Amino acid sequence: MNKNKEQLLNKRYKAEKRFRLYGQSAIFMALLFLTIFIFKIFSTGYSAFQKTWLIVPVTFDAELMMLEQNPSKEDLNDADYYDIALKSMADLDPNANEDQENELKRMVSYFFEREIKRELLNDPSLIGKTKDVYLTASDDLDQVFKGNYPRDLPEDQRRVTDYQLKIFDQLVELGKVESKFNLSFFTYPDSREAELAGIASSFMGSIFSILVCLMIAFPVAVLAAIYLEEFAPKNRFTDFIEVNINNLAAVPSIVFGLLGLGILLAVFQLPRSTPLVGGITLSLMTLPTIIIACRASLKAVPPSIREAALAMGASKMQTTMHHTVPLSMPGTLSGTIIGLAQALGETAPLILIGMVAFVNTIPGSPLDPAASLPVQIYIWAESAERGFVEKVSACIMVLLGFLVIMNLFAQIIRHKFEKKWS
Amino acid sequence: MNLILFTFIVLLGFTSYYFGRRKAYTIQSTNKRLTALPQFYGYYLAIWCAIPAFIIFSLWAIFEPTIVKLLILSDYSNQGYLDDELNLIYEKTKALSRGQFTGEITPFIEASAEKYLSLRSIAQSSKAVIVLSIIIASVAYAYKKISSNSRTREPVEKFLKAVLFTASLAAILTTVGIVFSLIFQTIDFFKVIPLFDFVFGTHWYPAKAFVRDSSEALDPTMYSDTFGAVPIFAGTFFIAFIAMCVAIPIGLMSGIYLAEYASVKVRQYAKPLIEILAGIPTVVYGFFAALTVGPFLKEIGNSMGLDVSAESALAAGGVMGIMIIPFISSLSDDVITSVPQSLRDGSYAMGATKSETIKKVIFPAALPGIVGSILLGVSRAIGETMIVVMASGLAANLTLNPLESTSTITAQIVVILIGDQAFGDPKTQAAFALGMSLFLVTLCLNIVALRVVKKYREKYE
Repeated sequence: MNKNKEQLLNKRYKAEKRFRLYGQSAIFMALLFLTIFIFKIFSTGYSAFQKTWLIVPVTFDAELMMLEQNPSKEDLNDADYYDIALKSMADLDPNANEDQENELKRMVSYFFEREIKRELLNDPSLIGKTKDVYLTASDDLDQVFKGNYPRDLPEDQRRVTDYQLKIFDQLVELGKVESKFNLSFFTYPDSREAELAGIASSFMGSIFSILVCLMIAFPVAVLAAIYLEEFAPKNRFTDFIEVNINNLAAVPSIVFGLLGLGILLAVFQLPRSTPLVGGITLSLMTLPTIIIACRASLKAVPPSIREAALAMGASKMQTTMHHTVPLSMPGTLSGTIIGLAQALGETAPLILIGMVAFVNTIPGSPLDPAASLPVQIYIWAESAERGFVEKVSACIMVLLGFLVIMNLFAQIIRHKFEKKWS
Repeated sequence: MNLILFTFIVLLGFTSYYFGRRKAYTIQSTNKRLTALPQFYGYYLAIWCAIPAFIIFSLWAIFEPTIVKLLILSDYSNQGYLDDELNLIYEKTKALSRGQFTGEITPFIEASAEKYLSLRSIAQSSKAVIVLSIIIASVAYAYKKISSNSRTREPVEKFLKAVLFTASLAAILTTVGIVFSLIFQTIDFFKVIPLFDFVFGTHWYPAKAFVRDSSEALDPTMYSDTFGAVPIFAGTFFIAFIAMCVAIPIGLMSGIYLAEYASVKVRQYAKPLIEILAGIPTVVYGFFAALTVGPFLKEIGNSMGLDVSAESALAAGGVMGIMIIPFISSLSDDVITSVPQSLRDGSYAMGATKSETIKKVIFPAALPGIVGSILLGVSRAIGETMIVVMASGLAANLTLNPLESTSTITAQIVVILIGDQAFGDPKTQAAFALGMSLFLVTLCLNIVALRVVKKYREKYE
C-alpha cells in the first residue's frame, strides 16, 4: 500500500517534470526559429555589401572617341566611349576571337561605358594616356568571386563560360580584381541587372509612404481617441464606433489593398503606383493601432489631474487639451511609432495598388511612381537571377535595421518621458 | 493657383487670430469684463475666417472639373457621339490645352481647347473672388460679434468637439469604404457567375476568363467551371490548419511557461525576444519559406523517397505558424496571469503539483480567453498574404496532401490583381468577391474572439 503511494507520487513528479520540459522546449523552439532566421538572413545577405570590381587598363584614344584637338567639356560629354570601352575589354586577351571578345564584354556590367566616361570627365588630361579603371564586374562573376556560385557545374548549366572564368582567374592572380564596399546598393535605383540594382528608389518610396501615412493617421487617430475617451457619451453609437475600431485592427491587410484599389484608384482617380496612395492606404491600417494606443495612455492619466484642472475653473475642453493630452503624449507617440513600423513592413496592400511596377528612377515626391522596401524584397525574391538572392537578404537587413531603430525609439520615449502614477 | 489660395486662407486665419486677441485686449482696456480668455476671441475669429472659405474652396475643387467637362461637351451633345467617344474628346481637349497633345489636331478640338482654357481662367478668378468675399463677410460677422463682447468660448469649444467627433467617424468611414469597395464588384461578379457555382464549384482557372475585347459579349457559358472557389477555400483553411498545428502547441506551452514557471529574469528576456517574431514583416517570412524551408523540406522528402513540391503547403503553413506563435503566447500569457491567485492557492492547498494545478484548474478557468486568442490567430492565418504568395503554389489544387502545393484566397487576390486590371472584367471582379468572402470570414472570427476575450476579462475583474 505504502509502496503504491510512493509509485504514484513518483509518477506525479515525473509528470510535473515532463510538463515543465514541454514549456522549456516550446520557448527554446521559438527562440531557435528566431536564431535560425536571423542567422540565415545575415549569412546570405552580408556579402551584398561588398561589390567586385575588375581593374582594367583603358587607353583613352582620342581618335576612337571621335574627339577633336582640345575638346571642350561638352565634347567630352558627347564623345563616343563605347569603342574604347569595348577595346579595353577585348585587350584583356590579345588572341581572342570575336565570340570571345563578346564574352569578355559581358564580364563587366553594361554600365562600363559610363564608368569609363566618368573617369575621363573627372580628369580630362587622360586623353591619349592609359589608366587602370575600376569597372563593376557582372553579377555572375561577382557571385563567383564571393564563392556563392558553384564552379563545378557543367558549363551549359551556368551563366559564366569557362573562357570567362579562365580570364577572370588570370585577373585574380594579377591582383586586378578587388572587392570594395558596395555604395551603389544604397545610391542606385532598382535595375534588372543584379550588380547595378540598389535600394535608393524603394527606400525613398518607403519614406514618402510613411510620411503620408503619419500625416494622415496621427492627427485623425489622436483626435478620435480624445473624443472617444474624454467626450463620447455612453450610448450605442459610441459602442458601434468602438466595435469598428477593434475590428479594423484585425482586418487582413490585403483587404485594405482592395479598398485602395476600389476606392482611391477607381473612384477618386488618384495616380497609380504612387507613395501618396500607398500612404493613404497604410494610414487607414495604422489608424486603429494609434487610436488604441492613445486611448490606453489617456486612460492611464489619473482622474485627479482632471479633477484638479476642473476645480481651478478650466472647462472640459481646456482640461483635456492643456493637461490630459500632453500627459498622454509619450504613450501615444510610442504607439504611433510602433504602428508606423508595422506599416513600414507591410507589402500586400501596396502590391494591389500597383507599387510593384518596375521603377528605375528615384522618386522625388509622393506623386512619382515608386516601390517600397518590402515590395522591393518581393520583386527581387521573385527574380530568378542568383545575384538577387544576396540583395534580397541585404534589403531585409536594411528593413529590419529600420524596424529595430523605430522600436527602440518607441521604447526610449516610453521609458524616458512617461510619468509613472502611483 | 490652388496652392496660393490655400496658403492665403491659412495665413489670413493666423492673422485673424491675432486681430481677435488684440480686440479682446482693447475691450479689456475699457474696463469691461471679458466673457472668455483673450485667445478664445482669436480662435473665434480665425475659425470664422478660415472654415467657411475652406469649405467653399474644397467644394469648388470637387465640382469644378465636372462642370467644366459638362460645358465643353455640351458643344458635342447632339452630334450622336457615344459616352466613350465624348470622354476621349475631353481628354484630347485637356491634353491640347496643356500642350501635351501629340496627334492630329482637328479644328473642333482646337476650339474646345480654347474654350477649356477660357473656362478654366474664368473659374479660377471667380473662385478667388468668391472665396475672398466669403472671408470678408464671415470675418465681418465674427468681428461684430466679438466687438459686442458676446460669448466666444462656447462656440469655439463646440466647434472643437465637432472636429473631434468627425475624426472618430474615420473608423466607421473606413469600414464603410471597405464594404463599398468590395460590394459593387462582388454584385457584378455574381451577375455573371451564379453564387452556387462560386461556392460549390471545384475548378478554379481565372486565367481562362480573359476578356480579349471589351465589346465581346459576356457569354456566361464561357465562364462555367472557371470560378469554383472550393479549392481556394479548402487551401486557405488547410494552410491555416497547418499553421495552427505549429503555433498552438508552441505558443500555448511557452505562454504557460512564461506565466507560471519562468523566473522574472527569464521572463524579462524571453518575452520580448519571442515578440520579435511578431514584428518581422511577413514578406521576410515569405522569403525565408521560399528560399530555405521549401527546398529543405524537398530535400528531406526526396531522401525519404517522397515526392515533395518545392512550394508545398507544409512550408508555407509551417512558417506561418512560426509567425503566429507570439500572438498566441502573449495573449494566453495575459489570460493565465489574470486568473486569480486564490484559485492556485486552493489547488496547492489540496496537495496538487504545479502542472496538475495548471492542467486541472488554471487551464479550464482560462480556456475562454485561450480560445479567443487562438481564434484571433486563425483569423491572422487566413488573412496572411505574402508568405503564401511567395512560398505556396499559385495553382489551385484541391488536395489534402501537405506536400503538394495549394493556393489560398489571399494568394489568388494578389495573382489576379498584380499588374494592370480592367474593372468590369469578371476575373478582376472575382478577386473582389474573394476579398468579400475573406472579409466576412475574418469579421466573424474577430467578433467572436473579441467577445469571448472581453466576456472572460469581465468575469475576473
